[in-house]
Amino acid sequence: MLTIQTPEAVMFWVLGPLSVIAAIGMLVVKKAVHSALLLAWIMITIALFYIAQDAVFLGIVQIVVYTGAVMMLFLFILMLVGVDASDSLTETIPGLRAIAITAALGFGGLLVSLISRAALGRPAIGLAEANKDGNVQGLAKLLFSDYVFAFEAISALLITAALGAMVLAHHQRTVARPTQREQAIARFRTGSLASAAGLPNPGVYARHNAVDVPALLPDGTPAPNSISATLKARGDMLESSQFELGEVDNTVQEEK
Amino acid sequence: MNPYNYLYVAGLLFTIGAIGVIVRRNAIVVFMCIELMLNAANLTLVTFSRINGTLEGQVTAFFTMVVAACEVVVGLAIIIAIYRSRRSASIDDASLLKR
Repeated sequence: MLTIQTPEAVMFWVLGPLSVIAAIGMLVVKKAVHSALLLAWIMITIALFYIAQDAVFLGIVQIVVYTGAVMMLFLFILMLVGVDASDSLTETIPGLRAIAITAALGFGGLLVSLISRAALGRPAIGLAEANKDGNVQGLAKLLFSDYVFAFEAISALLITAALGAMVLAHHQRTVARPTQREQAIARFRTGSLASAAGLPNPGVYARHNAVDVPALLPDGTPAPNSISATLKARGDMLESSQFELGEVDNTVQEEK
Repeated sequence: MNPYNYLYVAGLLFTIGAIGVIVRRNAIVVFMCIELMLNAANLTLVTFSRINGTLEGQVTAFFTMVVAACEVVVGLAIIIAIYRSRRSASIDDASLLKR
């Protein structure tokens, strides 16, 4: 017979509604990054539900695999595709949203009423008996006896998935990679000779060697090309003239 | 409170995930909603494992997690492959099979 302690009930009534609210938020926020963060929160609440339900191993695996690996992967892909790639929330198929929400409300209502009407015919047992040797030990016993074939099959699936990802992500070159010689020739044939030798580094000829100070050319004028375009666009460029030495004082003070 | 309450949360999360799959247009968000549905199913498995007093449900949830990890790897690779050829992560743009 399973009795649920008050702390678990409190945790459930706090985290359960929060996870559902976060899931709804996932649907309505515009940016994919915000959706990913809300999903990470839902994953963590589900991990806490697992731990509260005597599935300690699965709870830890949930945090490590989902919030650790899977969400990181999602964020990587978001960065590759572009964080600013926000979803347009306009309907492309007319009436789709209304139909989808109606159908989902019907489906959710069906699920909820089904769960509330279904009766198991006996009280919930709880995992105290099954976990008496420890949750991990109990799972391992099952995994390496009754489910060992499924376990092997799933390992084959993992290897196949890794191979599939490599095949899909492989990028075939359509033209040969230019060699260093070809690059050098192209630099001199196209473009001006002035830029062929490369741009000057910032601050090399100036008195100040920070990256936001333009270098001085041999004739004493600052070279704006030596500053990164980002710094220039942000307006973070300093005047190299403010670091000028002025007239060099060659007179040696006589010591008396 | 009884353990069936977890099933309600799982059902709601699954439903919300299903709405997301239909309504959202960004392929990555659609994929995240699929993950949400898988997680809701896992929560159901773990809850039933507790109600029935056996660990079989937890073993199945464990297998589902592995399958979900494989699915994420391959699915994101497909999204990247499509993005590379079309410069877009919207599922409406990848409708080549229609024509």
